Amino acid sequence: MKKNRKILSKIIMLGIMVFFYMPIVYTIVFSFNSKRSLTHWSGFSLEWYEKMLSNSSMMDALWTTISIAILATIISTIVGTITAIGLSKSNRILKAIVERINDFPIMNPEIVTAISLLMFFSALGVQKGYLTMLVAHVMFCIPYVMLSVSPKLRSLDPNLADAALDLGATPYQAFIKVIIPQIMPGIISGALVAFTMSFDDFIISYFVTGNGVSNISILVYTMSKRVNPSINALSTIIIFVITVVLLVINIVPVVRKKKEG
Amino acid sequence: MRQFRRMAYPYIVWISLLIVTPMLLILIYAFTTTGNNVASIRFSLINFEKFFSDVIFLDVLRRSLVIAVVTTIICVIVGYPVAYIIANSAEEKKFTLILLITIPTWINMLVRTYAWLGILQDDGIINTMLGFLGLGPLKMIHTSFAVILGMVYNFIPFMILQIYTSLTKMDKSLLEAASDLGANKVQAFLKITLPLSLPGIISGITLVFLPAVSSFFIPKLLGGGQYVLIGNVIESQFLTSGNWNFGSAISFIMAVIIMLSMYITKKIDRGAEKGEEA
Repeated sequence: MKKNRKILSKIIMLGIMVFFYMPIVYTIVFSFNSKRSLTHWSGFSLEWYEKMLSNSSMMDALWTTISIAILATIISTIVGTITAIGLSKSNRILKAIVERINDFPIMNPEIVTAISLLMFFSALGVQKGYLTMLVAHVMFCIPYVMLSVSPKLRSLDPNLADAALDLGATPYQAFIKVIIPQIMPGIISGALVAFTMSFDDFIISYFVTGNGVSNISILVYTMSKRVNPSINALSTIIIFVITVVLLVINIVPVVRKKKEG
Repeated sequence: MRQFRRMAYPYIVWISLLIVTPMLLILIYAFTTTGNNVASIRFSLINFEKFFSDVIFLDVLRRSLVIAVVTTIICVIVGYPVAYIIANSAEEKKFTLILLITIPTWINMLVRTYAWLGILQDDGIINTMLGFLGLGPLKMIHTSFAVILGMVYNFIPFMILQIYTSLTKMDKSLLEAASDLGANKVQAFLKITLPLSLPGIISGITLVFLPAVSSFFIPKLLGGGQYVLIGNVIESQFLTSGNWNFGSAISFIMAVIIMLSMYITKKIDRGAEKGEEA
């Protein structure tokens, strides 16, 4: 009875892993296909990688994705952290209002946020492109940064900053030397969430961009109407980079712990 | 500490501009008609009339809801056992399994959805394998099956992680107590594990249903150009036909439906909790 149960568990887990990873493996395999086909294997080649590297719209999209993700992460982490600290010292009503408003981009379907921004930028008469995309990314990243910084601030001893001020620190010094180091884990995890949200975004970027500016998601969406294994090549590189980064982030602390223990 | 208070002010200006104003724009557009200017604004329900009197739009709405509900149900039925198995495995195995579930979610959704395109083709790998068995070929790409599969694939990790979290928070001694008091495994599961993991299921449902009902690139990629869900209608109103008033009204309707279903789900959750107490 117990043995049967174990076998059943193994079968279920195996099934779900095949389901999760089959498309990923499939994408990788066909990025090395020598013919333009996603269904028939006809030999190994690096043709699609060469095509990808020489395709300027793909390289532009890659650059746009990475640069916007980095800029949006830096801006939203700084603004989100500063705001969270400011709010932690403000009255409850103001705090509650800001939190409710922050919930909108988190709880609303993304397409609703996307069209609202599209109409906003048009109402202002702003030319849509790289800058509107960046502003939109900063807008939806800040609430996530605040969500991960605020709990750390709540558990922070409020007397610490006061003590620093009493001991002659300027508010700026108290901020940099006392508050920031205490909430660093929250800031880092907020920045990580912001980066991945920005890096993966499709819907909002798709609606607020213009002028031919695309990120990877928009490119895949518009190019996928025709079979194009260059998309597989680009996907393979993204899959590889993200997997390595994730493994490093997750495994390094474990290894370190084991060494210390 | 008052000095720090001012640090929140710039963000208040920012959200008034970039969150509140755009949301108000949706409301204004939804309740007005084209050709209005700010000076002679006139509210009307004509966009809503247009939506609810047109069989085609109602049909799209119905289909979107059916697809989202089916997706959510599949995610619960498949996700629960997976979360349960992970929660009951050895500690060091747990970590690896959760990492394996998380990795795909970090890869771009478009890339992951695109990956199914080749697999589901009429001459793709599944149909080739069916061919060896003397079966098929099955028509999969550009069907509701492909769309639901794409949605389950994209959203099920959220369900698994939510249920897993609620299962690990559970106090294991409750199960020992139950078995000491003579409950068998099935009884213990139904009376203890399942009710205690209900909050996880509920938040999982929220995380699956919401993106499923509003998704537009999954139906477009896997359902084909002819496959229209409510998200696709909104997309085309804004990016091709340019009727922002009608598009805003549809978004408004969708947001209301989502809020209502969240409300009902939460009510059911609370009702179930009360039932347990009684």
